[in-house]
Amino acid sequence: MGEVKLMKGNEALAEAAIRAGVDAYFGYPITPQSEVIEYLSREATKRTGMVVLQAESEVAAINMIYGAAGCGKKAMTTSSSPGISLMQEGLSYIASAELPCLLANINRGGPGLGTIQPAQGDYFQAVKGGGHGDYRLLVLAPYNVQEMADFVKLGFELAFKYRNPVMILADGALGQMMEKVELPPQEQRVHIEYPWATTGKPKNGERRVITSLHIQPEKMEEINLRLQRKYKQMQEEEVRYQTKNLDDAEYIFTAFGLVSRIAMKAMDLGRQRGYKIGWIRPITLFPFPTKIFAEVAQRVKGILDIEMNSGQMVEDVKLAVSGATRVEFYGRMGGVVPTPEEILENFEKMFIKGE
Amino acid sequence: MAVDNVDVLVEDVVKPENLVYRRPSTLLDVELHYCPGCGHSTVHKIFMEVVEEMGIQNDIIGVAPVGCAVFAYNYMDVDMQQAAHGRACAVATGIKRMLPDKFVFTYQGDGDLAAIGGNETLHAANRGENFLVIFINNAVYGMTSGQMAPTTIEGMVTTTSPYGRDPKTMGWPLKFGELIAPLPGVAYVTRQAVNTVQNVRRTKKALQRALEYQKMGLGFCLVEIVSNCPSNWKMTPIESNNYVQNVLIPYYPLGDIKVPEVKK
Ligand SMILES: Cc1ncc(C[n+]2csc(CCOP(=O)(O)OP(=O)(O)O)c2C)c(N)n1
Ligand code: SF4
Repeated sequence: MGEVKLMKGNEALAEAAIRAGVDAYFGYPITPQSEVIEYLSREATKRTGMVVLQAESEVAAINMIYGAAGCGKKAMTTSSSPGISLMQEGLSYIASAELPCLLANINRGGPGLGTIQPAQGDYFQAVKGGGHGDYRLLVLAPYNVQEMADFVKLGFELAFKYRNPVMILADGALGQMMEKVELPPQEQRVHIEYPWATTGKPKNGERRVITSLHIQPEKMEEINLRLQRKYKQMQEEEVRYQTKNLDDAEYIFTAFGLVSRIAMKAMDLGRQRGYKIGWIRPITLFPFPTKIFAEVAQRVKGILDIEMNSGQMVEDVKLAVSGATRVEFYGRMGGVVPTPEEILENFEKMFIKGE
Repeated sequence: MAVDNVDVLVEDVVKPENLVYRRPSTLLDVELHYCPGCGHSTVHKIFMEVVEEMGIQNDIIGVAPVGCAVFAYNYMDVDMQQAAHGRACAVATGIKRMLPDKFVFTYQGDGDLAAIGGNETLHAANRGENFLVIFINNAVYGMTSGQMAPTTIEGMVTTTSPYGRDPKTMGWPLKFGELIAPLPGVAYVTRQAVNTVQNVRRTKKALQRALEYQKMGLGFCLVEIVSNCPSNWKMTPIESNNYVQNVLIPYYPLGDIKVPEVKK
């Protein structure tokens, strides 16, 4: 077993970045995730030589990532909702230029300046593209501090496999709460020469150009088609989810991130009252675990989707089940976290008493 | 005159002593998309000459942000990254921090550097990022067809200042070089032009010096080049060069604004 520590989610993510041999972090402080840049400023450079730079804005930070990623380096940033909004243009460029990078959104309540409390209102922004043009991020949704750490290494593996930005979509509570976490071993920072990376024109080769500009419509369409093929491959190879109690389930509770834990508790309470409830937690939000929902939809009476927003993932659930079963939504917004009791109560209102 | 023997004539013309122009090996042998007489072409050529002469073609990475010169990577035979409008200095920061032993440069227009990217430029300068910024000041937005730029001078007519730039409502023309020169992180600020042969020579020298300072690790170097935009100024190339000389240079005087002390 690796080293076990009690850590905040944000710190676990930062520590995992050092241990994953990440080359650079560029970021700008914002609650509830400033611990990441603080932790890295304290620890990273002295331990691995990792570059940690406080940028003048999130706009600058994401473009520093572009530059560093374009050199084939492992570069990352973290922020929270308003800061992530500022990064959208840069992410669109990164996706189009096909550069690998990792970012985390420690989602807080919005819209606007909102609140620093946990929320999931950025689901659409995360999974549907977010910036301009047809592109996707690969989105991982951790549900505990362990995954806040684990998804750093996984995120970089996926980012480099697909040369695509990967986002860890968490929330203020996951960033701030302390849990036991088993840390991965320290990996060395290694320089890999990628044929596409701009590190100085090779002596006996062509110059490398990193760009998202293709004036000819046919060429731009070709790039789009290539991106779409990549997203399709992600759908085939990268879907991750977790389930419980599906065998005898008549109803499904589904939720991602922090809320999935509350939904699990609500399921347990429901089972004590005799309701046969199962549980599905999407881990990759893009690619969305469509198949498992389509499958269970054939045999359950209904699905309750619970989120800390006005109902965003529920649209993907509905698309997946395609009318095969009833899908209802229960959510809280603006930084309010639902309790297991209120979830169960609403489930009873929607599915049991109405039956 | 009818020429019977073309080969003989060509041989005669290509004698080394008759050579007046040679394309540097670092500049790709393709047609430039720049308008006839545009300063961008001249700057590309002399900068690539410097890269050739210094022998650093394999050790330099460029950043071409949005603007007429976003296609610089189609001409300069070096590794390059295209950047979003205004973000060149942030992208260059990412590159230089990862590859501190390589030369890094940006090639930015006035809108890119001083308007939308003002914050990125200022902070890269203030951090003393050790790269070269080539700043093409043509007093308009070239690529988007001639709108007002931060450097448009008082009274100058553009498509968004059709009655002339009025500083009372549109602000004053921004001298970005003077603005950042006092910052300790800034090593070298100079303003040059490419409207005359002599000015072209001086600009080339300045570009070379800036790369030498970068090699010494002295910090942020800005080479501003007062340039022309004949198309959007609606002038012939010669008229536009005269406009640079008679109207722009008096407001943007040429010469060094800050030079580092170099221990020999
Ligand atoms: C975010 C964003 N806003 C606006 C534009 C449109 N745009 C493209 S180039 C340009 C101005 C370029 O002017 P300058 O930087 O002075 O360079 P020049 O073309 O004159 O060389 C503008 C406004 C853009 N591409 N991206
Ligand atoms: S529009 Fe102006 S700046 Fe752009 S290429 Fe033409 S002359 Fe040069």
